[in-house]
Amino acid sequence: MKIIERSWLTFCFFLLYAPILFLVVYSFNSGEAMQGFAGFSFVHYQELWQDTRLLQIVLNTLILALSAALIATVIGTIGALAIYRTERQLLKQSLLSLNNVLLVSPDVIIGAAFLILMTALGLKLGFLTVLMAHVAFLIPIVVLMVLPKLQEMNRDLVLAASDLGAKPTEVLTKVTLPVITPGIFAGFFMALTYSLDDFAVTFFVTGNGFSTLAVEVYSRARQGVSLEINALSTIMLGLAFILVLAYYAYSQKRRGQKPTKLKEKVK
Amino acid sequence: MNKTKKRFTEAYLGIYGLWLLAFVVAPLLLLLIQSLNVPGKGFSLENYRDFFTSGPYLAMTVNSIWYAFLITVITLAISYPLAICLTKLKHRQFWLLLVILPTWINLLLKTYAFIGLLGKGGLLNQALSSMGFGHSQLLFTNGAFLLVAAYIELPFMVLPIYNALLDIDPLLPAASRDLGASSFDTLKKVIWPLSMPGVKTGVQTVFIPSLSLFMITRLIGGNKVITLGTAIEEHFLVTQNWSFGSTIGVVLIIAMALTMALTTDKKKTRKRGRK
Amino acid sequence: MKKLLMTFLAVCCLILALLGLDFALTASRAQPSSQKGQTLTFYNWGDYIDPSILSDFEKETGYKVNYQTFDSNEAMYTKIQQGGTNYDLAVPSDYMVAKMKKAGLLAKLDKSKLTGMDNLNKQFLNQSFDRGNQYSVPYFWGTLGILYNTKRVKGSDLTSWSSLWSDRYKNRLLLVDSARDILGMTLLSQGKSVNDQNKADLAAAQGKLSSLMPNVKAIVGDELKIYMAQGEGDLAVTYSGEAKNAIEKNSDLAYTVPEDGSNLWLDNLVIPKSAEHKQAAYALINYLNRPDVAAKNAKYIGYATANQAAYQQLPKSIQNDKAFYPKQAILDKLQVYQNFNSYWTQAYNDAFLEFKLGKS
Repeated sequence: MKIIERSWLTFCFFLLYAPILFLVVYSFNSGEAMQGFAGFSFVHYQELWQDTRLLQIVLNTLILALSAALIATVIGTIGALAIYRTERQLLKQSLLSLNNVLLVSPDVIIGAAFLILMTALGLKLGFLTVLMAHVAFLIPIVVLMVLPKLQEMNRDLVLAASDLGAKPTEVLTKVTLPVITPGIFAGFFMALTYSLDDFAVTFFVTGNGFSTLAVEVYSRARQGVSLEINALSTIMLGLAFILVLAYYAYSQKRRGQKPTKLKEKVK
Repeated sequence: MNKTKKRFTEAYLGIYGLWLLAFVVAPLLLLLIQSLNVPGKGFSLENYRDFFTSGPYLAMTVNSIWYAFLITVITLAISYPLAICLTKLKHRQFWLLLVILPTWINLLLKTYAFIGLLGKGGLLNQALSSMGFGHSQLLFTNGAFLLVAAYIELPFMVLPIYNALLDIDPLLPAASRDLGASSFDTLKKVIWPLSMPGVKTGVQTVFIPSLSLFMITRLIGGNKVITLGTAIEEHFLVTQNWSFGSTIGVVLIIAMALTMALTTDKKKTRKRGRK
Repeated sequence: MKKLLMTFLAVCCLILALLGLDFALTASRAQPSSQKGQTLTFYNWGDYIDPSILSDFEKETGYKVNYQTFDSNEAMYTKIQQGGTNYDLAVPSDYMVAKMKKAGLLAKLDKSKLTGMDNLNKQFLNQSFDRGNQYSVPYFWGTLGILYNTKRVKGSDLTSWSSLWSDRYKNRLLLVDSARDILGMTLLSQGKSVNDQNKADLAAAQGKLSSLMPNVKAIVGDELKIYMAQGEGDLAVTYSGEAKNAIEKNSDLAYTVPEDGSNLWLDNLVIPKSAEHKQAAYALINYLNRPDVAAKNAKYIGYATANQAAYQQLPKSIQNDKAFYPKQAILDKLQVYQNFNSYWTQAYNDAFLEFKLGKS
C-alpha cells in the first residue's frame, strides 16, 4: 500500500514539475529559444536585471494579485456565509448560480463587459479598475472553496455555543471561522492563482499606466516570448518556494507550542 | 438572540448582494441586451435562432460539454488518489503548497514548455523510443490536449478534496477496519461518501471553466477540437460581432445554471448528525 | 482565528513592502532631464521595438516613454474606441488603420510637424487603406508566404499556392489560424484577389480549401514558429515575421513567397484622436523615421523595415535576402487587405470555421 502511495505521489509531482523544470533549465540557455540547449549562461538573467520596465510590471502584478486575493477572500467568505444561512432553497440556488456566472464566462466576455460598465460609469481606467475587476472575478472561487466547509460544519457546535451564551460575534470568531479556516486558505491561494494568470480581463480594464506580467507575456507572443521571461519565472518560483518553506517552518513551530487544535478539543 | 443573528445574515447578504449586483447581474443584463440587439436589425431573437439551427455551433456545444466532461473525469482520477496520499504525509501542508506552486507560473509559458516536452524530439518521445516504442505523434492529439488541460486544472480539484478528506474523523475509517472491512471497502463505503462535498466542489471548479476553454485547444490541440470558448473568443476579437458572441455566452451560462440545478441534491434534510 | 488574522496581517505587510519597492524603482527610473515633464504612452505589440531606442529617445528629447502592449489589432481597437484611458501613439496593421479611420478614432497627421518622410520607401506609402498617408506612417512590413524545412521539402516545388494541395504533403502542413489569410491564399491560388467580395468565389474557395484538409496537420496561432523550429511540420503558411523568427531558431528552415502573388501587410504608426501628448508623439515618429534609428530597430526586430534609407544601412546579408526583401516582380503582385464590413468579415470567418470543423 505504502509503495503504491509513494509511486503515485512521485508520478504526480513529476507530472506537475516536468514543464516547470523544463522552463527553469532553459532559462540558463545561452541560446535564444526553448530548444537545443546551446550552453550554460546567465545572459538572460542579466537582460532581466537591466529591464527595469519588466521588473516594475512584476511588482505591479504581485501587488495586484495579493491585494485582489485578500479582498476577494474577505468578501467571498462573507458571501459563503450569506449563501449558507439563506433558508429559502430557491434563493439559495439562484445565489449559487449567479455566483458561478463569472466562472463559466470566458475571460474575453468578462473583460469586455467590465470595460463597457466601467467606461459607462466614467471611471478612469488604471490600477483601481483592474483591482475591482480582479476582486470581482475572484470572489466566486473563494465562495466555492469556503461553502463546503460551512456545510460540513456541525450545526450542533453553533447551537451549543449560542446556548452557552456566546454572542453572534463570538460564535463567528470562535467557532465558525476556525472551522472553515482551511477553506478560506484554499480560497485565497486559488484566487491568487487566477489573478496571476489572468490576461484578458486585465487587458480590457487597464489604463495607460498599469500593466501586468500576463498582459506583457501574451502580447509578446507574436514576436516570440524571450528566455528573459523564463529567467523571471525561475526567480519568482524560487522566491515563492522560500516563502512557502518559511511559512511552513513558522507554522510548525507554532503547532509545537500549541498541540491541541480546536477540532480535537471539540471532539 | 435570533434577531441579532438575522441581522448578521442580512448584513452578509447585503455585502455579497451588492457585489452580485454590480459585477454579475449588471454585466449579465448587458450581455443579454447585446445578444438580442442584432446590428442593423434592432431587437430580435435572430441570434438565438441562428445558434440553435447552425450545425457547426451545435457541434461545438457538444464538443465543449464532452471535453469538459473528459477533462473533469481525468482530473478527478488523478487528483483523488493524490489527495488521499497527501493527507497521509507527515508534512502534508507543505506538500499541498507544492501542488499549488506550479500554477503561479504563466500559463502560456507552461504551454510552450509542454510543446517542447511533447514534441518530436522532446523528452517524452525520447523516453518512449528508448523503451522501444519508437517515435509517436503526441502533439495535436486529443490525448495531449486532455493531458495539458488536466494539468492546468489539477490543483483546483486536489485542494477541495484534500480539505474534505482532512475533515473525516480518523476514528471512522479505523472503526470500519476494526469491523473487518477491507481497505477498498473502507474507501468505497466510508471515505468516498464522506469526501463527497469536496469532490463536488472540485468537479464544479473544473467542469465549469473547462466549458469555455480555448487557448489549449489551439496551442496543443492544433484546433482539432473546437469549443464554444474558441467561438466566443473569435466573435469578440476577430469578427468583432459582440452580439453573437454574447449569445453564445448566454447559452453557456444557462447551460451552467441547468447543470448546477440538476447536480444539487435534495438531501439537505438527511444530512447532518454524523457525530 | 489567530492564524487567520496573522496571515491577513502578513499579506498586508507583504503588499506594503512590495509597494515600497515599486516606489523606489519608479524613483530610480525617473529621468532627471525630463524638464518637459511629459510622458508619452506608446501602445504597441509586445517587444516590438528595440528597448534601447526608447531610452535613447528619452535621453535625447526629455520625454518619458510609457510602453504599453496589446496582442491583437482588434483588442487594441476595442481599447481605443471604448476610451477611459489615453494612448498617444499606436501601431495598427493596414486594414485596422482603415477601420480606425472610418470610426473616427485617428487624428489627422500635421505634415509640417513630420520629418524624415523622404526616408520611407515609396512602395509602402499612399496605400489603399490610407491614401496620401494622412493618418499613418509605415513602420514594418512583410508578406504572407510558405515557411518550409529545406531538409524535407524542395523550395523549387513551392512556386505557386496550389502546390500546397499536392499529395506528397499529406499531414505535413501547418496553417496559421486566420480566416482572412488562409482563404486569401486559396483565392490567390484560383487567380482571385485577397479582397474578393463575391459569394460564388468565396464558396468556390471554401470548396477548394476543404480538399486541403488531408494535408493539414494542425491550425495554430503565434506558436507556429515554435512548431516549425521543432520540426513538427514540414511546411507552413504563415507571415514573414513569424518565418524570420523560426529561421533564427532553426537554420534548416526557409521562407518563400509564391509567384502567384500574396498579401502585403504593413504595421503603421498612428496618433489616436484621444491622444494627450501629440507633440511627444510627433517627436517619436520623427525619431523612428531617422535612418540610423530605423536600421537599429530593424536589426533588433528582424522584420523588413519600410524605411528605404535605413535599408541601405543594413548589412548586405540582410539587404540581399530575397525572402524578406523580395524582388520588384513579386512586390508588384502583393495585395494589401482592404477593411471588410462586418458582413464579409463574418462570411470569411464562417467559411473558415466550417473548414476547421470539417477536420477530424
